[in-house]
Amino acid sequence: MQRHLISAADLTRDDAVLILDTAEEMARVADRPIKKLPTLRGRTVVNLFFEDSTRTRISFEAAEKRLSADVINFSAKGSSVSKGESLKDTAQTLEAMGVDAVVIRHGASGAPYRLANSGWIDAAVINAGDGTHQHPTQALLDAFTMRRRLVGRDAGIGQDLAGKRITIVGDILHGRVARSNVDLLHTLGAEVTLVAPPTLLPIGVETWPCEVSYDLDSTLPKSDAVMMLRVQRERMNAAFFPTEREYSRRYGLDGDRMAKMPEHAIVMHPGPMVRGMEITAEVADSERCTAIEQVANGVSTRMAVLYLLLGGNEPAVAHPSPTTTLATRRSAPASEFRTEEK
Amino acid sequence: MSKILIRGAKVLGGEPQDVLINGSAIEAVGQGLSDEGAEVVEAGGKVLLSGLVDLHTHLREPGREDSETVLTGTRAAASGGYTAVFAMANTFPVADTAGVVEQVYRLGQEHGYCDVQPIGAVTVGLEGKKLAELGAMHESAAGVTVFSDDGKCVDDAVIMRRALEYVKAFGGVVAQHAQEPRLTEGAQMNEGVVSAELGLGGWPAVAEESIIARDVLLAEHVGSRVHICHLSTAGSVEIVRWAKSRGIDVTAEVTPHHLLLTDELVRSYNPVYKVNPPLRTERDVLALREALADGTIDIVATDHAPHPHEDKDCEWAAAAMGMVGLETALSVVQETMVDTGLLTWAGVADRMSVKPAQIGQAKGHGRPVSAGEPANLTLVDTEYRGSVDPAGFASRSRNTPYEGRELPGRVTHTWLRGKATLVDGNLA
Repeated sequence: MQRHLISAADLTRDDAVLILDTAEEMARVADRPIKKLPTLRGRTVVNLFFEDSTRTRISFEAAEKRLSADVINFSAKGSSVSKGESLKDTAQTLEAMGVDAVVIRHGASGAPYRLANSGWIDAAVINAGDGTHQHPTQALLDAFTMRRRLVGRDAGIGQDLAGKRITIVGDILHGRVARSNVDLLHTLGAEVTLVAPPTLLPIGVETWPCEVSYDLDSTLPKSDAVMMLRVQRERMNAAFFPTEREYSRRYGLDGDRMAKMPEHAIVMHPGPMVRGMEITAEVADSERCTAIEQVANGVSTRMAVLYLLLGGNEPAVAHPSPTTTLATRRSAPASEFRTEEK
Repeated sequence: MSKILIRGAKVLGGEPQDVLINGSAIEAVGQGLSDEGAEVVEAGGKVLLSGLVDLHTHLREPGREDSETVLTGTRAAASGGYTAVFAMANTFPVADTAGVVEQVYRLGQEHGYCDVQPIGAVTVGLEGKKLAELGAMHESAAGVTVFSDDGKCVDDAVIMRRALEYVKAFGGVVAQHAQEPRLTEGAQMNEGVVSAELGLGGWPAVAEESIIARDVLLAEHVGSRVHICHLSTAGSVEIVRWAKSRGIDVTAEVTPHHLLLTDELVRSYNPVYKVNPPLRTERDVLALREALADGTIDIVATDHAPHPHEDKDCEWAAAAMGMVGLETALSVVQETMVDTGLLTWAGVADRMSVKPAQIGQAKGHGRPVSAGEPANLTLVDTEYRGSVDPAGFASRSRNTPYEGRELPGRVTHTWLRGKATLVDGNLA
């Protein structure tokens, strides 16, 4: 049976809600003096990073260590990969050392899918971002943040995001965050609108389960959350937009634009932010911006994913908590996450 | 002289007849021919076609003998019913001089499984900058008449114009791999709904269509003929149809895989489906079949592109583009064109033997199955159905998209100038 997390599209509503509820359990651990659970003691997780991504790697590493897993960090730079070793050989080498799970970040879309489905290895595979395809734990931590802020920390348990209006702004074409978020938010019942210049939207976006707009200003008053995505400055050299200033004027979020949002609405950013490009310092540093919260939530969410994929049958948190414990709450075993293609 | 009597074969799908081969030629075609002094092959209602001709084969030798050689590639060709193949120029070194094309030509002659007609590069090193010595390649022992930078597009309009003009002097033809390079930077698959979901760089249909449109107009302007390799989109069909209606001297080919497979298969991220031009949509597939049936597309060409296992056993982006095709082409054409009622067996012989031989000027190939003609023949068991097993391929490579897929038809015999190269499905 498959035990992987490759795409946000593979998660059912119940899978996703279970992960978010579990992440709330994990978040409580962070409030304790000793932020550690014995759940993955004796299990080995490798963070296999073919692309530099310090923040994602550190977030996974923190999650793994809080669950007491043995952690191996593998960076492609300076390794045998730079000498031409294939993904298959690298993965098999690591598995031969007794790895239970592989957290993989790769520049090629579909690399985690290949790793999970080619019969190369048996370990669980968690996608930590592949090319311009998917970044499912990012979507989960974003949904977690939205649920906490828009539904409530306790009130949100067992709930999805039905009816919440989420606007995602920026480079949709080159981004895996937008793809993952559209899939997961749709599954959770939210209404998603993508806002970008037409050049930064993929051909075929019209078939996605979301709205598409070229106009930010008209979308803001109808948003419960506005997620700003990073836009790389280099893109203007490939004629995706004329200049950095023009992009900012049309699609950047500044104080004036933020004032058009409903009072309860939040501003989100997966980081790293390019201040002055897609977001001004005024917005980034405001109370409404959840960028830092998202980082903290990332650790809890990744703990939940690791626990559910690897943790076996023990409850994550040993003592009774205000909510029911996972042992009784777990309706679907994590091993039933669907990873087959749609 | 040895005689072979093929008894009871449906010649081009017609009523069963006997065909008597004497030496390298067909001596007689008719009912109840005498088998005196002849080895008899009981056709038992199998279909007899003129030997297939592939205008688009990658034999990889010289340079990539790990994926295919002239020997293994021509054995694969004989297995698939081919008696002549045109070997593409993107070898190492590139077939852009008389020396390289003569070497490939001679290897084909020595091995004797099928005639190998080298294609010469249009530009030096396939770089699109400077014309290769097209005349020297034509005058060489290889007698090159087809020129192509296949794998790369001759994207510079002036170079393309000059090439089209220049080959008129000796009746050559330029075969264009239509791919606008700027529109396909980083391209990994067909651009559309599936690429948007999978996050793979898109290869838009317009990158093919814009080059075809330009090239048919260039051919018209300079009064030359142009051949379009592996046409893959419904829009390309429309442009070629328009050009032909206008009297432009254009011919076009389609691969078997573009007649059968769509980009939905890429959802598996299995690089066995990675090919250039990419697999397109259902709508394109249906337009291509229709165009092949009505003659807008002239021929089927395999684009047989062998790659070693490791070049496909990896992540999508790292994988090589291409599929082997010689040993499954006729089955795919039967499945998509004959069994669907779009084409008769005579039509198949026209699209896979007669027309490709004409376009490439392959002497003695694509001839009628009648007395006095060279005995280049293919016998097909059209009733057969079986699943594709790459382990049984004669090709050195196994990168087929059809592994485990049930396909109809099986070539049982191939004769090259009266010499059997394939007997009962076994290479001679």
